[in-house]
Amino acid sequence: MSALINVPETAAPGDILDIKVLLQHPMETGFRTGPDGNLVPRNIIHSLRCLYLGEEVFAAELFPAVTANPFFAFTLVAEETGEVEFLWVDEEGVEHREVRTLTVG
Amino acid sequence: MTLTRRHALTLGLALPLALQIRPALATPETMRAAIKGFTGGAEVTEGGIELKIPALVENGNSVPLTVRAESPMTPEDHIEEIAIFNEINPLPDTVRFRFTPRSGRAEAQTRIRLNGSQHVTAIARRSDGTFHSTEVNVIVTAPACRES
Repeated sequence: MSALINVPETAAPGDILDIKVLLQHPMETGFRTGPDGNLVPRNIIHSLRCLYLGEEVFAAELFPAVTANPFFAFTLVAEETGEVEFLWVDEEGVEHREVRTLTVG
Repeated sequence: MTLTRRHALTLGLALPLALQIRPALATPETMRAAIKGFTGGAEVTEGGIELKIPALVENGNSVPLTVRAESPMTPEDHIEEIAIFNEINPLPDTVRFRFTPRSGRAEAQTRIRLNGSQHVTAIARRSDGTFHSTEVNVIVTAPACRES
């Protein structure tokens, strides 16, 4: 599973930055029947978190109504150079972590 | 009635349709219940929040959604969470966003599935514990969840 994450590389302190995240995931709703006529088991990413300098900036709780390959855009305030961390977990318990470095100066 | 070959055939064709189990759909009532679960029964005032969804959607499988609440986003006064609710998807809960003063703005975008034309409601919870809501009506020409 991969993800496209867009964090600006550099910023000035106090800048409000646009962050974009596109996660690759089927987001199986559990309401769909498969070719064998049985319901396809539900498997969705249920949580996405974004941490900056170790503190939570933004988080999303996802339900089956979020599309396959979920997309999110949100903002964060640049303070100092550090890591922007993305954590997401699906119902198979698969946890993912991606890190980007933001240079502030 | 004797069971003729013709009857047996029609029965065989009709039975799988009858047995197909459809999941229960959310209704305006279940949406209200879900909203009550989010607000804890507190009063919700209209306004102070903007929900942008195209009024006419061709593909219910991918509907762009932008929500933004008015807030200075300071530690003393910020939006903590915004929840989106729908009326007729299988579940009334759609997506929830949590914000902090480090977010800078109480604004987020995502893409959702809509199983038909309906009202979509956004409710924001401010750090002082008050709730603010808005609602949009969306017309969906090709709903999600139908091609299964």
